Amino acid sequence: MPIAPARIRAATVTTALGQGRGPHIEALAAMRPALRPGDLDAVPVPCWVGVVDGLDERPLDGALAPFDCRNNRLAALALEEDGFAGRVQAARERRGAGRIGLFLGTSTSGIRHTEHCYRHHFQRGTPGLGADLRFPTTHAYVSVADFCRCRLGLRGPAMVISTACSSGAKTFAAAHRALAAGLCDAAVVGGVDTLCTTTLMGFHALGLLSPTPCAPWSAGRTGISIGEGAAFALLDLDSDDGDDPALLGYGESDDAHHITTPHPDGAGAVQAMRAALSTAGLTAGDIDYVNLHGTGTPANDRSEDLAVTAVFGDTVPASATKGWTGHTLGASGAVEAVLSLLCIEAGLVPGTLNTDTVDPDLSAPLVRRSQRRTIDRVLSNAFGFAGNNCALVLGRGSCA
Amino acid sequence: MRLTPVQGGIVAPGLTDWSAAAPVLRGERPYHEAPLEVPPPAGLSLNERRRATLATRLALEATRQATTNSGIPPAELLSVFASSDGDMGLIDSLCRSVYEHHEPPSPTVFQNSVHNAVAGYWSIAEGCRQASTSVAAGDGSFAAGLLEAAVQAGVTGQPVLLVAFDVPAPELLHPHRPFGCAFACALLLAPDVAAGDGPALTLSLADTDRHQPETRMPDAALEAMRTGNPAARALPLLAAIADTRPALVRLPYWPDLQLEVRVEPGR
Repeated sequence: MPIAPARIRAATVTTALGQGRGPHIEALAAMRPALRPGDLDAVPVPCWVGVVDGLDERPLDGALAPFDCRNNRLAALALEEDGFAGRVQAARERRGAGRIGLFLGTSTSGIRHTEHCYRHHFQRGTPGLGADLRFPTTHAYVSVADFCRCRLGLRGPAMVISTACSSGAKTFAAAHRALAAGLCDAAVVGGVDTLCTTTLMGFHALGLLSPTPCAPWSAGRTGISIGEGAAFALLDLDSDDGDDPALLGYGESDDAHHITTPHPDGAGAVQAMRAALSTAGLTAGDIDYVNLHGTGTPANDRSEDLAVTAVFGDTVPASATKGWTGHTLGASGAVEAVLSLLCIEAGLVPGTLNTDTVDPDLSAPLVRRSQRRTIDRVLSNAFGFAGNNCALVLGRGSCA
Repeated sequence: MRLTPVQGGIVAPGLTDWSAAAPVLRGERPYHEAPLEVPPPAGLSLNERRRATLATRLALEATRQATTNSGIPPAELLSVFASSDGDMGLIDSLCRSVYEHHEPPSPTVFQNSVHNAVAGYWSIAEGCRQASTSVAAGDGSFAAGLLEAAVQAGVTGQPVLLVAFDVPAPELLHPHRPFGCAFACALLLAPDVAAGDGPALTLSLADTDRHQPETRMPDAALEAMRTGNPAARALPLLAAIADTRPALVRLPYWPDLQLEVRVEPGR
């Protein structure tokens, strides 16, 4: 059943590429890289990371001081860009604070702060983790939603979705349902995740962390690079004749296969993409560009390639943007949804940074170098651990 | 938003399953505290069963009770897993590996540490490829999960499995997030299309400006359980569903917002 399109009234993104929309579209167009060698906690794990600079110098203060941790600092920084917080404030004043929902994705929330507390405890032999842990406002999953709710002055329904690397994408689906059910009149969606040592070490332990900048779809690819990022969007179901872009469809599924390995045939991913097309009332031929999840691990890309070609054949151009930003994990679905919106607005099909030689065993028509071209509708994939899949269809307002 | 609760499941100390717990929740039988008993999870491979964490075993037992002989195949269910803090024991283990032992964490611990690992094991155990979401909202996590389940049932017209679980933290984290005991519950919820024999739930949001207190448990030990674990905030609603009288249950959601659930008995 097709859904009503949800207009996207504002959107912003902050990653290693910079703060706000401008640096992102410039970097995508110019194939400008941002990953750098990782040196978090001087951990002896060879990797490349996408770092948002300046967070160390921007503590949260005043009434928001209890929320101070790297993840909430990143959220605070991102909300200021592109006038996003101002757009939410205007919506709040028009509709009422209780009528705006908040749906945010994160996989690790403020665990970076908890890591600091553990490090101090074991280095200094202190009796516990210390009062500065402030667990409910830093570590807890809800912390980022609590922080954004306070920062934006919202009093409506709110929650965190934490389904690993599909979290940020699923906030768009949850918000659409909440709007359709009349639970709220507008919704802030997005995702925020920050670099942390346990995640880098964990992916290293699984053999999934690349010692070189990630190169999705490349021959001899060696895994992911991790980045930090935040992206937000403001949605409503108001019908109008404007040209704001829209969420046209969404699809979600589970692999029911394995906790870390994707289904070998990409069966769950196929189900999510077909559901996204179906809710958008579109067919595969209506999509101009597929924004791949494209993590750069051998198994992930192989599975996604089978899924994408099963749905789209070998005619719809596809690419992965994680070579620019790194894999921003729980934020990635929101980051890449906003990057897709930027590409629609700018008329740009992004390439696949770091990928020189495409894996000959993969069939999706991979765009290697960014191209200026009009695109009206994009399907963006986000797949997470535990086999959790989400696909979004985003498009121009005139398509809605 | 209206919903029909089809079947429930519960696992907590002294509450081993729904049929045994229902008279206790109704106040017909006294509550006796007892050590937590959780059967091994069915449906998983031997390897996965061996590695299943307490959170996974609790959640899978609650879902087993809520879905067995319900007439709805679990593989067809949408699912919502609500937990305030996931598995803090695994977070502790990750941090200790890196900062106490100066070595990479165990891959198994890392992969199980994501909030939705529990949901993933359930989907694998049941072979369910339907959409599944995992949500958190601190002490309002159960209300957030119930609201999401109601929205999904309303928008899709399909039944939704709601699962809530939280488990106590180990030594270092416990003072910062103290839980009294482990708790899991599950509700199989159908959209309110055809009025069945069971009760109906009507959900609405209410500002806490009206100073209506959240619904408590009359029994002191069950009230301590309710306040000692975010998932156990479900207890007054489970009690109302187990009862045959109409009730209004106020669940904590956000400090400025409650989820009101009007429970009507079977028609």
